[in-house]
Amino acid sequence: MPTLTQKLANPTRFMALSARLLPWVTAAALIVLAVGLVLAARAPPDYQQAHTVKIMFVHVPSAWLAMAVYALIAASGVGLLVFRHPLADVSAKAAAPLGAAFTFLALVTGSLWGKPMWGTYWAWDGRLTSVLILFFLYLGLIALRSSLDDEALAGKLTAILAIVGIVILPVIKFSVDWWNTLHQPSTRLTQTLDASFRIPLLVMAVAFTLGFTAMHLKGMRNEVMRRRVRALTIGLVERARSETLEDTSPASRTTP
Amino acid sequence: MMFDLGRHAEFIWLSYGSVGLVAGLLIVWLIVDGRRHARALAALEARGVRRRSAEPAPIDGAAGPIEPSAPRV
Repeated sequence: MPTLTQKLANPTRFMALSARLLPWVTAAALIVLAVGLVLAARAPPDYQQAHTVKIMFVHVPSAWLAMAVYALIAASGVGLLVFRHPLADVSAKAAAPLGAAFTFLALVTGSLWGKPMWGTYWAWDGRLTSVLILFFLYLGLIALRSSLDDEALAGKLTAILAIVGIVILPVIKFSVDWWNTLHQPSTRLTQTLDASFRIPLLVMAVAFTLGFTAMHLKGMRNEVMRRRVRALTIGLVERARSETLEDTSPASRTTP
Repeated sequence: MMFDLGRHAEFIWLSYGSVGLVAGLLIVWLIVDGRRHARALAALEARGVRRRSAEPAPIDGAAGPIEPSAPRV
């Protein structure tokens, strides 16, 4: 009797399950995003930042996902190295470009928020620099995997880099407490943020998370298909090679 | 007014625009990539190359499916 983990580890079962889930997750993401955008548009101007506070509704969810996706990749690395879960590497590979994209968005929207509020697009302070390092870590994960032909080895090395690199997450989180920085301290949602901003922010965070989940599922499905194509192509080439060897072997020539 | 975003409107529009653009590019890439792999898989199956788990039970004496030596996913 297979355990739940074994059932979930079966790529064929994952493909069937994800095919059923994907339309629902996508629809939920679009609906919640539509609600979030309406709430964001209707949010009142902040007494200090005026309407630029609306940038928070896309900047903060991007930054949250930038960190959460990296944690997911590191957890997938543990799943691959320790538990040898067959979908762990598929998950890590599919998540990396998505995490890089959200980190890029956190940096871009942060710069666009910083210019009118701080008077500059960029400052080499603790928070901004640590998020930039996270972005380079994502690029490193993608580049390391692309540079190796041996997929199993690439998966293991990428997993090790992801696990070592997780040290950047507490640095990002506490950078605003450890160093003097232009960036504001951590947002305490219920203590420092009025409901007129908190609710749109939470709705947008849910929308971004659902959007990531849908894209991650799709990316994992693509990766499973790519690996199947590769495995079948290798099988085809090997069969053609063995048939050629049989045709040209001395035994096949002397056989009447 | 809902879209009167004040004197820093361009920064707000650029922020939302960049999110829309990047998300749109990701979605297009995922869809195109998925279609490419699905087509390649269908082309292989049309040539009779199938995964063991996708094969019907073999008939005695009939040639079995191609069994790839690479790890099965």
